[in-house]
Amino acid sequence: MSDLAAPAANLRATPFVRALRNRMGDIALAVSSGAAILIVLVILAVILGDVVIHGASRLSPRFFFTAPEQGMTEGGIFPALFGTVAMVLLMTLAVVPVGVATAVYLHEYASPRSWLTRTVRIAVSNLAGVPSIVFGLFGLGFFVQFVGAGMDRVFHGGQRVWGQPALLWAALTMAVLTLPVVIVATEEALRAVPRDLREASLALGATQFQTVYRVVLPQAVPGILTGTILAISRGAGEVAPILFTGVAYFLPTLPRSLHDQFMHLGNHIYVLSTQSPDVDATKPLLYGTVLVLLILTFVLNLAAVVVRSRMRRRLMGVA
Amino acid sequence: MSLPASAEGALEGGLPFVTETSHLRHPSDTPRWSSDAVSSSDGSIPMTVGGVDPGARVSVGAQRARLVLSSPPRWHRIAEIMIRVLALSAIAAVVLIFAFVAREALPLFTSHEVHKEVTLRQMWTAQQWPGYDAPDHIWQPVSEIPKYGVWPLLVGTIKVTLVAMLFGVPLGVGSALYVSQYARPRAREIIKPVVELLAGIPSVVLGFFALMVMASWIQDAFGLESRLNAIVAGLALSFAIIPVIFTISEEAFGAVPRSYVEASIALGAARWQTILRVVLPAASPGIAAGVALGLGRAVGETMIVLMASGNAAILSGVFSESVRTLSATIAAELAEVVFGGAHYTVLFYLGTLLFLVTFVVNSAGDWIINRMKRRLGVAS
Repeated sequence: MSDLAAPAANLRATPFVRALRNRMGDIALAVSSGAAILIVLVILAVILGDVVIHGASRLSPRFFFTAPEQGMTEGGIFPALFGTVAMVLLMTLAVVPVGVATAVYLHEYASPRSWLTRTVRIAVSNLAGVPSIVFGLFGLGFFVQFVGAGMDRVFHGGQRVWGQPALLWAALTMAVLTLPVVIVATEEALRAVPRDLREASLALGATQFQTVYRVVLPQAVPGILTGTILAISRGAGEVAPILFTGVAYFLPTLPRSLHDQFMHLGNHIYVLSTQSPDVDATKPLLYGTVLVLLILTFVLNLAAVVVRSRMRRRLMGVA
Repeated sequence: MSLPASAEGALEGGLPFVTETSHLRHPSDTPRWSSDAVSSSDGSIPMTVGGVDPGARVSVGAQRARLVLSSPPRWHRIAEIMIRVLALSAIAAVVLIFAFVAREALPLFTSHEVHKEVTLRQMWTAQQWPGYDAPDHIWQPVSEIPKYGVWPLLVGTIKVTLVAMLFGVPLGVGSALYVSQYARPRAREIIKPVVELLAGIPSVVLGFFALMVMASWIQDAFGLESRLNAIVAGLALSFAIIPVIFTISEEAFGAVPRSYVEASIALGAARWQTILRVVLPAASPGIAAGVALGLGRAVGETMIVLMASGNAAILSGVFSESVRTLSATIAAELAEVVFGGAHYTVLFYLGTLLFLVTFVVNSAGDWIINRMKRRLGVAS
C-alpha cells in the first residue's frame, strides 16, 4: 500500500533470486526482532537472578519479625513491613470506593458523549501520567500544608498535630496516585457485564441503582479486585510520593496513630542503598529487603493476572 | 405474565399481595435481582410461604407488583448522589495537583522576599557569579551565594531521557513486533505476562540494581571515569519504559486489519515486506502513542535517576559524566529546605514544569490512541 514498487520488483526478478531474497529478508527481520525480545527477557532474568541469589539466604522468620539493629547492618525489616501494610490498607480504604464510584458513574450513569464524561476520562488518563515526584509535592502542599495545618488551626489551636508528614497523608497521596488503576480496571469489568443482565433487571422493575448494586457490581467484583491488587502492588513499591508526606528512614517504634510517621519497604531500599555509611555491611540486609519487595509485588501482580484471566474466561462462557 | 395456578391458589389462601421479604428464598434480602434468580427455569421465583403451601411458586409479576408498591430505601438515593460527586474526584485531583504545586511556586513570580535570592531571569540566563571567569549556568542552591541555574538540570534530564529512549524504543517496538508477528500463540501467552512482570518491578528496585550492580559492570566494560552517569541511569530507565512501549505497540500491531496483510500477500509481497511496508505503517500511530507515553514516564521517573545518575549538576553534553535531573533534584533537596523559602519555591517551580511537560506529552499520546481507536472503529 505504501510502496507498490516492491512487489513489482519482486515479479521482475528470477524466481530463484526472489525466493532467496524473501528468505533472507524474513530471517533478518525475525532474528532482529527476536533479538529485541531476547534482550528484554535476559535483562529481566539477570535482575531477578541477581536479587534471588544474593537475597534468598537472608530470608528467615527473624528477618521478617525483628527491627533493624546496629545501624541497619543487622536485624530485620519488621517496621518497614508493618508500615507498608498499614499505609497500603489505608490507601485501599480511600481509593477503592472513590475509584469504583467513578467507574460506575462513567459506565452506568453518564452518557458516553457528554462533555463531563469526556473530561473525566481525560483527567483519568492524565492523572496516570503525572510523575510520581509531583504527587509527592502535591501531598506536601495539599494534605500536609493545607488540610493538615488547617485541621490544626481549627481543632488543636495551632499546635502541630496533623500539619506534618504522617501515615494518613502518605496513604491519601498514594490513593490519588493509584486512582486511575482502580478506575480503569473497574470500568473494564463493567464493560464486560452483558447488557442482557441489566435489561432483565430493569425490565423486572428494579431501579437503576438496584440494577447497579445487585446485578452489575456483583458481576464486576473480579475486576474491582484486580484493580485493588494492582493498586496495592503500586503502593507497596512507589517511594517518590511518600518521601515528603510521611515516610521516615528509621523509627524506634511502630506508628501508633494516623499522624505518626512510618517506615516503608521501598524507602528502606532507597535509604539502605544510598545513605549507608558502610555499603558492604548493609548489602546482605539490602538484598533481603529487595527480594521481599519483589516477591510481594510479583505475587500481587500474578494474583491480578489470574483473577483477570478467570474473569475473561467466565465472561466468554456467558457470551 | 399470568400467575401460575399454584400462585393464584396461594394468593387466594390469604397471602397478602405485598409479601413479606422473609418469605423469599433469600430471607436476608429484598428480591435478589441476580442472574441465577432471574434465569430460574420457568421464569418464576421459587418461594416458600410459611405454613400455607411450602411448594408454592409466585411469578415474577407478583414480585414486580411488590416493588411498585414500596419505593426503594432512601439510602439508594443518597448513594446515587455520592456516585455523582465521587465521579468528579479524578478531575478534582488533576486540578488540585496543578493548583497546589503551582501555588507553592507562585512566590517566585510575586514575592520580593524570594526575589532577593533568586529571580526567574537569573534561573534561565547565564549569570556572572563571583569567583567565576565568565557568566555561567550553575545549580548550587545550598552555598554562600545560592545559584539556581536550571539549564544543568534540564540538560541532565534530556540526556538521561535520550539514552533511555535510544535503548527503550527499539527494544520495546522490536519485542512487540516479534511477539505479534512471529511468536506462536502459545509463546505469546507466556511472553506477554513476563514482560508485564518487568513493568511490575518497582522503580526503586531498578534504581537499586543500577546503583549496586550495573554501574560497576558498565564502568569496567567501558573504563568510564565516574561510576554513576547518564548512561547507567538511562539504561536503567529504559527498563522501566520498555513495558510501556511494548504493551501499547503490541496492541497497535494486533489492531492492524487482517485484510491489509492478506492484500499485501496476495499482491506477491514477501512476509518481511508485508510487515515493514504494510503492518508497520498501519500500526505507526499506536507505536507513536506508546513512545509518547514512554517518554512521559522517562521524563518524570524519579527513584531510578535519583539513585543511579550520580546527581552532579554539570552542564555538558558528555554522556559518561554524572547528571542531575529535574525529578531527582526535587526528591533530593526538598526534605532539607525551609518551608516557604526561596529554595522551596524554586523546587515547586521545577515540579510545575515537570507536571506541564508530562501533561503535554501524555495528552499527545492519548490523543493519538483515541484517534486510532476511532479510525479503526469506523474501518471495521
